[in-house]
Amino acid sequence: MTEPLLSVRDLRVEFPTRRGVLTAVDGVSFDIHPGEILGVVGESGAGKSQTGAAIIGLLEPPGRVAGGEIRLDGRRIDGLTADQWRKVRGREIGAVFQDPLTSLNPLYTVGRQLAETIRTHIPMSERAARARALELLQEVGIPGAKDRLDAYPHQFSGGMRQRVVIALALCAGPRLILADEPTTALDVSIQAQITALLKRLCREHDTAVMLITHDMGVIAETADRVAVLYSGRVAEVGPVDDVVNRPRHPYTEGLMACIPTLHARPARLAQIEGSMPSLRAIPTGCAFHPRCPRAHDRCVAERPPLFENPPSAAACWLWAPNADRTAAVSAPS
Amino acid sequence: MTEPAARLDEDPGLHRVSRLRGALWRAWDSDILYSFRHSPVTIVAAVVALVLVGTALAAPLISPTNPFALETLDLMAAFTPPAWTPDGVSEFLLGTDDQGRDMLSAILYGMRISLFVGAASVVFAMVLGVGLGLLAGYAGGWVDALIMRVADVQLSFPAILIALLVDGVARGILPREVHHDTAIWVIIFAIGVSGWVQYARTVRGSTMVEKNREYVMAAHIMGVHPVLIAVRHVLPNVLGPVLVIATIHLAIAVITEATLSFLGVGLPPTEPSLGTLIRIGNDFLFSGEWWITVFPGIALVLLVLSVNLLGDWLRDALNPKLR
Amino acid sequence: MIAFIVRRLIQSVLVMLAVALVGFALFHYVGDPINNLVGHDTSLADRAQLREDLGLNDPFPVQFARFVVNAAQADFGISYRHGRPVEDLLVERAPATLELSFAAGLFALAVGLPMGIYTALNRRGWLSKAFLTISLIGVSLPTFLIGILLILVFSVWLGWLSSFGRGETVQIGWWTTGFLTWDGLRALILPSITLGLFQMTLIMRLVRAEMLEVLRTDYIKFARARGLSARAINFGHALKNTLVPVITITGLQLGSVIAFAIITETVFQWPGMGLLFIQAIEFVDIPVMAAYLVLVAFVFVVINLVVDILYVVVDPRLRVGGAAGGHGS
Repeated sequence: MTEPLLSVRDLRVEFPTRRGVLTAVDGVSFDIHPGEILGVVGESGAGKSQTGAAIIGLLEPPGRVAGGEIRLDGRRIDGLTADQWRKVRGREIGAVFQDPLTSLNPLYTVGRQLAETIRTHIPMSERAARARALELLQEVGIPGAKDRLDAYPHQFSGGMRQRVVIALALCAGPRLILADEPTTALDVSIQAQITALLKRLCREHDTAVMLITHDMGVIAETADRVAVLYSGRVAEVGPVDDVVNRPRHPYTEGLMACIPTLHARPARLAQIEGSMPSLRAIPTGCAFHPRCPRAHDRCVAERPPLFENPPSAAACWLWAPNADRTAAVSAPS
Repeated sequence: MTEPAARLDEDPGLHRVSRLRGALWRAWDSDILYSFRHSPVTIVAAVVALVLVGTALAAPLISPTNPFALETLDLMAAFTPPAWTPDGVSEFLLGTDDQGRDMLSAILYGMRISLFVGAASVVFAMVLGVGLGLLAGYAGGWVDALIMRVADVQLSFPAILIALLVDGVARGILPREVHHDTAIWVIIFAIGVSGWVQYARTVRGSTMVEKNREYVMAAHIMGVHPVLIAVRHVLPNVLGPVLVIATIHLAIAVITEATLSFLGVGLPPTEPSLGTLIRIGNDFLFSGEWWITVFPGIALVLLVLSVNLLGDWLRDALNPKLR
Repeated sequence: MIAFIVRRLIQSVLVMLAVALVGFALFHYVGDPINNLVGHDTSLADRAQLREDLGLNDPFPVQFARFVVNAAQADFGISYRHGRPVEDLLVERAPATLELSFAAGLFALAVGLPMGIYTALNRRGWLSKAFLTISLIGVSLPTFLIGILLILVFSVWLGWLSSFGRGETVQIGWWTTGFLTWDGLRALILPSITLGLFQMTLIMRLVRAEMLEVLRTDYIKFARARGLSARAINFGHALKNTLVPVITITGLQLGSVIAFAIITETVFQWPGMGLLFIQAIEFVDIPVMAAYLVLVAFVFVVINLVVDILYVVVDPRLRVGGAAGGHGS
């Protein structure tokens, strides 16, 4: 197996508030290999975006990385200084955010914003940067790119703007792109185009992607591997096929039951009872136990670690090396 | 949840006490009071404001002399410097003015007048603004257009200029003989008229939103009088913002009154506000009698600053965006 | 763009007409102009004749039209108090007020803008807190009190600067300037600080608030994610976006500088239009009041117009011509 490009170990993100410290991300670990698309899925508040923000060093104060480590190509990047971060962001890790409407500065032309980003990371003349900007716009599929270089963001539609944002993320040829809900704000018809574009570009440039979304459908379509987050913890991680078809964690199982598939349409769309606990009141033991149909005493008392069960791993006592799973599997859901 | 309540029911007294304690605790723990407790500057401002308002209200009771009683004035005592200076007299803590008036008493009474004019102007502006805002928002159409056009035009001029102009016009209309007696009402009117726009805009905005809510429509259909609807449903929603505007407006109104009085078109020397006192003192600045100007000035700044600080805090505390 | 300017121009003319109506109403209804023009011993017949000569018996619209036409030609009649044409008085006083306002505005911008940027970028620094405290005191200090305190300290106690008048001035055509002599510049220092301090604190607080707002936006976060330098983000992106609203409000503040000049001119006995106006109010000198009102309104309308146009220049979203660009998906 190759060395991972990005390696996150026991990441802990905390938000000190006046009513105590909230732990948004609690011991999250995962790897992303070069050229791989890792989907990170979970409900809002599961800690997906905070994990992403920690990886590019853009946690909103007072949020802070309180533990664990993040390595990029073996080099620790948590705790970098502001200057060091600037050489990582954009250069080594590109980013695409949720809302293309607000991601671009309304007062500058897209050409200018592209050229500025390029020249920040790669020394070249204004002219060369403009030529490169044009290439990028063409690459992300902006029709008539040459004429659009001097257009302002408000002159583009939402989907086109997100293409511009992707072009901006690719400017300096990063090896990893953090895409935080890149399609959520877009029309359904355009969502597929943007995911397809992202996938194509990453294959062509051999760029890895950390794709954060709450939409399991997008993950199933795009990602190579998937990490399921629940209450700031990894519930399950593994290859997409395996996780989708053979979910191990009861939460993932519920999540999968929520997506209708062509082959096996369930009688009715399943729904997980209850809702994710608030950060102020995370249950003891396994955070999922109050909603879990198969919870037992141990789940209440003790937090389960990630149990390796190749090719996936799940943080559930049912998958402890010597657990009695037969009862679990046959239990009604 | 129900269990402790059931137990408490056995002892009604205990129940009441703990309920009261709970309510008090909730109030104390609420976001507004939380931000109050954790802002030492605001606490100091509140204390200063309370002390100033308190002493101003109680001026007739606590001030050493009555500055309006002409018979007690002693011209021989004029221009006595503050008590701690070599020529000072302990009788006049902050010195005396050109008439031999005790500055401390004059300031206490002056603050009383300044505060009265400020508060009255704010109330006047508030009633006018809230009324016109409700009317504009509710009536819509040309009434709304007219009111808001006037507001726009007025807003593009500084309030002090409007106040000056209204003051000037009122002086022109009223016969010269009554200028002294009407000065205080003229100035309240002028400051009030110059400040209604902020209230009107805020209230109009909320009125337009509330007007289209279902329950207001339902009330409308049921034949509830529009005025009643406005008072019952719209007003409670704008209370917070109006309170913030009023607090900051009080500071502005006090400054405006002081400015007009300083310019000589406000309150007459027979009824001196802090601004009038400063104006009187200004004439003696160069002859070395600085205390006649400086002490009323300090009182004015303390008053305005503490009110401004409270207004700032209130605005932040009531603005959920900043929490 | 042209259509926009034309529309704004028409609006401006309407505002001017409204203000002229107020000014005219002042003329017409406040006091009796005749009483102010003649002595007590003038006979009733003479008064009636004068009334007829001045056109005071004409119908309201005719008089108003005459007022507007005259005002448009800068003819505001004779000052009751000075017995001279109002426009002459104004022209004589205008340079003093304009120079003072210019110096004050320059001071307010040159100090307020950097302070606002600094406090926004270094929110928790002690210097920012000091600036904010100063600004709050600045907002709470009435202009006239600032002037008095400055006079007390720098003129009375230290004796460094003069406390009244313009000092030595130089005549250039009809314009008298204090910018060309040391004495004139020295005389300008205290009044312009007095006048500018309040605006300075306003600009500082405004720039700070707007910039903090902009720094919270997604495009700034995205600019950070692109690895742009702090300098490029703060000054290239955040500042430019901050300036859009700041231009508007600062521009409008410029107008109020001229209005607040009334107070400063009174404190420093500065021979400008404001001092003229305040004396006019004291003596109910209606022609001067009306003329000053119309003039200030004119200045405001022009400033508003310029601000609107600047706004369009800075913000491409408002450029009507550009928005027609293609909308592919």
